[in-house]
Formats: sequence, structure tokens, C-alpha cells
Amino acid sequence: MASLATGQRLKSTVCTTEIMVISAPEGDLELTCGGALMGADASNDSGSVDPDFASGTTIGKRYVTEDGDLELLCVKPGDGSLAVNGTELKIKESKKLPKTD
Amino acid sequence: MNIALFLEMAAEAQGDRVAFKDALTGESISFAGLYKAAQAKSQVLHESGASHCALIDTSNLTIPVALFASGWSGIPYVPINYRLTTDEIDALIDRVKPAFVVTDAERREAWVDRDDLIIHDRQSFRDVHAQSDDIAHWSMEPDDVAVVLFTSGTTGAPKAAIMRHRHLVSYTLMMDFGSADEDEAALVTVPPYHIAGIAAILTSVYQCRRVVQLATFEPDNWLRVAREEGITSTFVVPTMLARIVESLEGQRSANLPNLQAISYGGGKMPLNVIRKAMDLFPDTEFTNAYGLTETSSTITVLGPEEHRTAVASIDPTTQKRLTSVGLPVPGIEIAIRDDEGRDLATNVHGEIFVRGDQVSGEYEGIGSRVDDDGWFPTRDAGYVDDDGYLFLDGRADDVIVRGGENLSPGEIEDVLRDHECVRDAAVVGMPSEEWGEAVAAAVEVSHDVSVETLQSWVREHMRSSRVPEQIQFWDELPYNETGKLLRRIVKEAFADPSST
Repeated sequence: MASLATGQRLKSTVCTTEIMVISAPEGDLELTCGGALMGADASNDSGSVDPDFASGTTIGKRYVTEDGDLELLCVKPGDGSLAVNGTELKIKESKKLPKTD
Repeated sequence: MNIALFLEMAAEAQGDRVAFKDALTGESISFAGLYKAAQAKSQVLHESGASHCALIDTSNLTIPVALFASGWSGIPYVPINYRLTTDEIDALIDRVKPAFVVTDAERREAWVDRDDLIIHDRQSFRDVHAQSDDIAHWSMEPDDVAVVLFTSGTTGAPKAAIMRHRHLVSYTLMMDFGSADEDEAALVTVPPYHIAGIAAILTSVYQCRRVVQLATFEPDNWLRVAREEGITSTFVVPTMLARIVESLEGQRSANLPNLQAISYGGGKMPLNVIRKAMDLFPDTEFTNAYGLTETSSTITVLGPEEHRTAVASIDPTTQKRLTSVGLPVPGIEIAIRDDEGRDLATNVHGEIFVRGDQVSGEYEGIGSRVDDDGWFPTRDAGYVDDDGYLFLDGRADDVIVRGGENLSPGEIEDVLRDHECVRDAAVVGMPSEEWGEAVAAAVEVSHDVSVETLQSWVREHMRSSRVPEQIQFWDELPYNETGKLLRRIVKEAFADPSST
């Protein structure tokens, strides 16, 4: 269990997934990828992806909890899937904006 | 949070794709190449001991390298207007030294002996290597300063606006990562020291979209490059679009079928220009984007659908939408307040306040102008209509106070520009013993017209307090290079009795 800070970069310990925290609720929560806790300085060779959390991550996609309090940006893809306290995160649907630059 | 992360992601996802191409030299660099270059130069910046990385040059491939290398090394990136006088540039450099400077060969020559600057031109910056082989990791601290931009200072000395990584990251995250198709290309003609120039780099990299840089703007060349490079989107300031439209005079279409989107902003777009442009670019979607340096660029947009509806409509309210800057983008809130800071109702004119994660509202040496609730006073005046569309009146400082009544120069200018003989108009306040301030106008005309005729024209369309007491005929109204009307110069002409 750890508290997450906006802007923080975390790595999976069981696959190549890396994320950046866009927004996070106060207090501790258990952020896992591929079923294993994520860490700031983790290396990705300390185990294998739990088959229950193996749907993978996609670079550039934003992952959110049901209530939207936690939002992550996938900055490196991998085989594991992201979950908080055992519940898998969902991909946030994007809003289409007109081109502005 | 760090803007360098976006480049890392683009290099990971689309490393081989062309990231930037300089239309002038034909040179290009891929996302992977840009990532490698930014990494190498971040170490050079780190070893230099400089407090800022200043860039004084036209658009070229070293611009994105310097921007991302600065973010990577944790040194603020400071693009400076290369068109300023030597004295003006000296004064700005003094505010950011000891600085690492990338500039043109001539300026490098002149500055090479200064011991408070590490100075490079494009070529030497490309060639310089770090002493060590270390690869630095960038800071993810959201509050680190990413960019310092000197505001154009149409009213006084330039202020140094500060943008932290969290502001620029928040702005860029409005876009979808990697959403550009391989054949998409953005033509970037806004200068590197303009917030729109920085925004274009960040959002293009995040979308993995090729940028074609055009260092100097000339309408025929712009059209040629757009055609040859298969440009799909671009941003222009109003003066650029006006000149493109002018150069297409007599033609039925611009003949740029690939150009999907033109967005515009940075100044007031004359109605006749946008209408003509929509005729000449029938397959192109138009978007009006309103933003400030202090808000990390765009905060409201008037989209393509609203453009089409406004032009096709016979309903005056819908037609008027074409003069609106649109609705707030996601994450942005807008409020209109009076001089006492009280919220105003819809359709009532006041000062525009803005709130959102991309809003920095902070200046070096002055501090943050954002209040405790997160609201930033833009000093732009305007109002919001019943459907939430924002309309601009101009700078709050430009509002003319005549006998206690607040008059918006923009509204009077619109009426003057609608006269068939008037090409452009600038309305300012001039000192008046009777009213405190009175209305004065400088106009650019296409055909001869008398002062009296224009005065009665305004009287027919507006309340009599709006009628200019004095009107001067100017050959050319003064604009800065990004299309901002330099009202100060017009004001001076009316303040000085010898000129009237």
C-alpha cells in the first residue's frame, strides 16, 4: 500500500508496463500491474504476469477507476493489466476535439 | 510530470516516423532521432551550469531539440523574439543569465566573448558533445519550470510568464496520444517564441504528427509548401489568413484538398476574411482558438460545425457566432466579472476570468496572479451569451471610459469595418476635457470616404456615445508580427495634439 502523487512514474515488476499518475485520490491504495505491486524503481523481472490480470496495457491510453478519482497514463505498454485493490482499471474514453494547432 | 515524457512515448510508438521537417532546408528528423538528440543535449545543458536555455532564432530543427533537452535537464526553455532590437534582446538576456544560448551565426559572433553566456549557433549546437557519457533522468516534479516566455508587451515592458511542467502536460493531455495517421502533417508558421508555436510542438509530438516548419511567412510560398508537403492541418494568425486570402484573389478555390483543418487565433479575425477563406477552402474545417500565454495556449474553441452553421444561417444570433471564440475546452472554466470581482450575468460585458489545470498565470518577479480559488484574471474584456459562447471585446485596459460609460473598442471597430469603404479600423480612447475619454478611430480605407459619412454610419448602427469624435485615415494600421493590433501606437497619435 502506498499513496500516489500526481506526476509520479511507476513501473510494473512483472512486465514492461510503465505509467504516469495524472490524478490520484488522497490516502493509500494498492496499485498493481499483472497482479504485482508497481514501484518507482522496480525492475520487471521479479515474477510473471498473473493470468487473471493479463489483458495488457496500451501506450497513450488513460486508465481510470470506476469513480474516476484515479487516472493513469500508460507511457510504456506491457502484458499485465492495471488494477487497484484487485479491481481492473478501465480505459477512459476520449473526447473528440477540433484541431487547434 | 515532464514534457520530455511525450517525446519518449512518441519515440517508443512511432520512432521511424518523421517528426519535424524544415521546409527551408529540406532537413528532417524522426521521433527516435529527436529523442536521441534531446537526450544528448540535455547532458550538454546540464554540464553547462546555465540557469536557462535561451533560443533566439527562426523555426528550424534545433527548436524542438532545445525545448525537450531543456525539459529533460530541468532548465527553463526561453524562446526570445529574434525580431527585437539588439538592445531589447540584451535586456531580456540579462534577466535569464547565466544562459545557454542558441542563436544565429551573426549574433553568436557578437556575443562569443561574454562570460555570462554559453553561446552556440545552429551548427555548433548540433556538433557539441557532453563531457561525460552519463544519461540523466529527468525530474517528474510537476512544479518544475518548463518554459519562460516574454509576453509581447503591447502595453509596457515585457513580463516573463512562467509555465511549469504540469501546465504544459495538462494542456497536451487534451489530445489523444498517437492519434495522427502517418500521412498527417501540420504546417507551423507561428514563430518559436509564441505560445502557439510551443503548443504546436508539444501536441504534434504527443499525437505523433509530422510538423513542417516554415520559418518565414509569405502567402504564395505558404500555399506552395502546403501543396508540396501534403499539409493536413495548420494554425494561422489573422494577418496570415488575410494575406493568403488576398493572394488567392480572383481564384475560385485554394486547391488544397488535403488540408483538413485550419485553426486561427492570436488576434481578432475580420469577418470578411473568415467568410472568404471558408469559400476558398471548401473542404477545410475552420476552428477559432482563443488562448493566452498564461493559459498554456487554447482555452476556448469555436469548432467547424459552428462555423458552417453561422455562415448558412439567416438568424442574427446564430450568424453572430462567427465572431465568438467559442466554448471552453475540457478542464477549463470561464467567468465574467465586474471591477469589484463580482460574477456577471450572461450577455453582460466584463473581464474574463479563467480556471483550469493548464492555467499558470504566474510571472517571474511578480508572482502568481491566480486567486485562492484558482481564477486568473486575463485582462481581456468580453461576455458570454445564453448558450455559453464567449465573445471578446479586446483588452480590458483598452476599454474606453466615456463619461462613466464603458465602451468596447472592438464593437465600434466591427461597425466601422462593415462600411464598404473601410478595410480596417482601430478605435481608442483619447483624452477629453468634457468626457474624461472620448472615442477616436484610425481607419484604413479602400475608397475615399469622408469623416462625416463614417460618423453617421456609426450613429445609424450604435448609440451616439460610440460615434468617434475624431477619425484619422491611415495607410496601414500597426500590427505586431503575430497579428496583434498595436493600439498603443494609435492611442499615441491621438494623444499628441501635433498629429491631429
